[in-house]
Amino acid sequence: MTAENTDVQMAAPRRTINWAQIGESYALVAALVILFAIFAMILPNTFFTWANVSTMLGSQSVLVFLTLALIIPLTSGDFDLSVAAILTISAMTVAVLNARLGVALPIAILGALCVGLIAGAVNAFFILFFRIPSLIVTLGIGTFLNGLTLWMSKSATIGGIDFALVKLVVGTRLFGIPLAFYYAIVMAAVIWYVFGFTSAGRRLLFVGRGREVARLSGIQVDRVRATSLLASAFIAALAGVIYSGTIGAADPNSGNTFLLPAFAAAFLGATAITPGRFNPVGSVVAVYFIVIGITGLTMLGIQSFVQNLFYGGALVLAVALSQLVRKREEQTVG
Amino acid sequence: MAKPDPFAGLKDGLPRRSPGEAPALFARHMSKIFGTTKVLDDVQLAVMPGEVHGLLGANGSGKSTLIKTIAGLHAPEPGAELILYGKGAPLPMPPGGARRNGISFVHQHLALMPSLTVLENMLLNDLAVAQNWNIQWSKARAQVAETFERFDLSIDPMARVADLSQADRALIAITRAFEEVRTQSEDGRGILILDEPTPFLPKSGVDQLFSLIRSVKADGASVILVAHDIDEIREITDRATILRDGKLAGTVVSAEASHEDFIELIVGEKVTMFQGNRVLGKDKPVSATVTGVTCDAAHDVSFEVREGEILGLTGLIGSGFDRVPEAIYGAAKAEGGSVEIGGKTLPLKGMAPHIAMDNSIAFLPADRLGKAGVGSLTIAENMALPVMGDFRNWLGIDWGRINEHVFALGKKYDIRPNRPYQPLSSLSGGNAQKVLMAKWLQTGPKLLMLDEPTQGVDVGARQKLFSAIDEAAGKGTSVIVASTDAEQLAQICHRVLVFSKGRIVTELVGGEITKDRISEETLKQHGPAEAQADDETQHAKAQEVA
Repeated sequence: MTAENTDVQMAAPRRTINWAQIGESYALVAALVILFAIFAMILPNTFFTWANVSTMLGSQSVLVFLTLALIIPLTSGDFDLSVAAILTISAMTVAVLNARLGVALPIAILGALCVGLIAGAVNAFFILFFRIPSLIVTLGIGTFLNGLTLWMSKSATIGGIDFALVKLVVGTRLFGIPLAFYYAIVMAAVIWYVFGFTSAGRRLLFVGRGREVARLSGIQVDRVRATSLLASAFIAALAGVIYSGTIGAADPNSGNTFLLPAFAAAFLGATAITPGRFNPVGSVVAVYFIVIGITGLTMLGIQSFVQNLFYGGALVLAVALSQLVRKREEQTVG
Repeated sequence: MAKPDPFAGLKDGLPRRSPGEAPALFARHMSKIFGTTKVLDDVQLAVMPGEVHGLLGANGSGKSTLIKTIAGLHAPEPGAELILYGKGAPLPMPPGGARRNGISFVHQHLALMPSLTVLENMLLNDLAVAQNWNIQWSKARAQVAETFERFDLSIDPMARVADLSQADRALIAITRAFEEVRTQSEDGRGILILDEPTPFLPKSGVDQLFSLIRSVKADGASVILVAHDIDEIREITDRATILRDGKLAGTVVSAEASHEDFIELIVGEKVTMFQGNRVLGKDKPVSATVTGVTCDAAHDVSFEVREGEILGLTGLIGSGFDRVPEAIYGAAKAEGGSVEIGGKTLPLKGMAPHIAMDNSIAFLPADRLGKAGVGSLTIAENMALPVMGDFRNWLGIDWGRINEHVFALGKKYDIRPNRPYQPLSSLSGGNAQKVLMAKWLQTGPKLLMLDEPTQGVDVGARQKLFSAIDEAAGKGTSVIVASTDAEQLAQICHRVLVFSKGRIVTELVGGEITKDRISEETLKQHGPAEAQADDETQHAKAQEVA
């Protein structure tokens, strides 16, 4: 199919500068800066130190990965509740293969990624072949994977992963920040490119916004949905590898606590940069917004239950905010 | 305006049944500003008791804003007044205020729950507000049955709404709204506002609807009917108010205003109605052959379409004419049949939209924001979807070039406002349709199929769409238009196929294609006389066999 040539030679209008819109797009960025400044003023000796900042940036790259994994199926209109379980089983696979069975690290990593892809394929099969809502399937598969992880590890933490992995993830620093941070940024850049500048990204968006419209426009909806579920599982598995690298060990439970913060960050991120759409840049900003909040509060000596208050509150507030954004978009005239 | 003055009889402003009678609804100085646009500008609307009053205007003329302001969904600008039966009503209308004042609305989507029974739907509003621990179902059922009887409707209160025809659904929604008005207000009062109830109805359904409106009117209540179809407005209303660009264009006595008067008031100038030349060059080769299409509503339908031909498919709703394009495109499942295009024969069983597109077949569904385009995405994104691949450079998709391309097409097809970055849902129906038409026309398809391309599109925008279709046909595209709108088919088609019970029964060519002839053929096929005759011949045959 080719676009027909039109001989109308007229400059198209650029997107006009709309300050309200810009304000909305960067509100979260501003909030992040303000929050950081507040904690920096209150806690100049603990929070506002390079050691703390670089730790925040490096240690939370796992959450960035997981959030990025989530926004792909969210954009194509599916929930993936199994990402945290995939992260956990992937980290455990690395640990079991490498530390317990003595398999070489690259192969152990490959194995972990394969486990992720298989989980994604199972999700896609049940969702698309049996037409079951993704929420149910991924909830079930996620729990199933948790069971599998416990069985694999005999419910114990497995340490002793090849130190080369730790070195690759947090052991080496570039400009004082662990490499893990840069991996996350590269991942975000890749997704940003795919979402904005490839036909595949557009297809993803149309499938999410109007499945019937997409189908009647010649998009193979099932294929797009399957790909997005596979991609999310793959990135979640990658997050698992990074996670096992940050601590040099894998435990069968702690990975699951990432699920809620990842959802909170995905929805909070959808209120920023391109409001109303799940977007990688917004997700990264949202993750660090949440991280700054929690780190600051913890350093102020507030008990750890605050984490849950913050995550849960942020998720609901973020969805409420994005709903407000949508409503504003819907206002029509006439 | 020369000739008979349609404004006659309104010398003192309002047609009163008795001296000093107050209007049922009198709204004046109604204005509304959205952002920087004045969508309603000092509009006045007066409706007398027992009057059926039409409200017309092009898309975006402000008629839905006016209705929504009366309903309390919008707050008007200061200075607006609303007087009901001589008594001032508060503006903005508080929630539920319209209902308490005896005003009831039926919106286009009818607000029925398809999975519930007719009875449950009839009681929906009462159930929503009443604190009733014990619903007396048998009593309610008897009451609803009695109401249906009063309006001469044969609808089973225990049927599921999903199983009913579109016409029956509209009748239920209107009956429900009227009952609400009747129970809320004193005898002989009440205002019923119907927002475009007719576009999905077949002719027989419209007649039923009108007789229902007449009986509502006979009870002394007033009806405000928002509609696009001028002939329908002239048939059923006493007077009509026309809005244009948010301003009052005029109020006329419907019986005294001609079709042309209405169009002039709606558009603001004389509209040249598009008329195709109806004759196709004999030498044009066949571009697509459709053989034996069979799906749930069509049986063994075959026809050919030639290069540059505009072929109309029509019939009553349910006759299957609109299912044929869906089956050819793979939008709906087909049981059998094939289409031959570009030297390839494609079986329709297992057809899918991407296969159709690969073979240069395009299809524009009737459901604009449900199937054809995504309202929350921008005009540029919607329009560029099928040609995304042509706008790649080494960096990926080039949004600057897409923007220019979409803007150029917007200019060509007169899309207003022509702002590629605006969401599709912000456009009026006619302009959204231009965007979606451009989405497919830019691909230069061999076969373009359109399902109800001008539904809910105002008369001015229609002509633009027609000339776009005609231009595409002039370049060699074969066009199939499935529509119940006889007037539209008569304006653009070279040939019309009339369907009945899933089969083609009549073919109209050239000069035979007139609005009246198409309606006549469509109705004839389903007329009671015909059906009876059919039965008789079958009966006779059965006797012969015996």
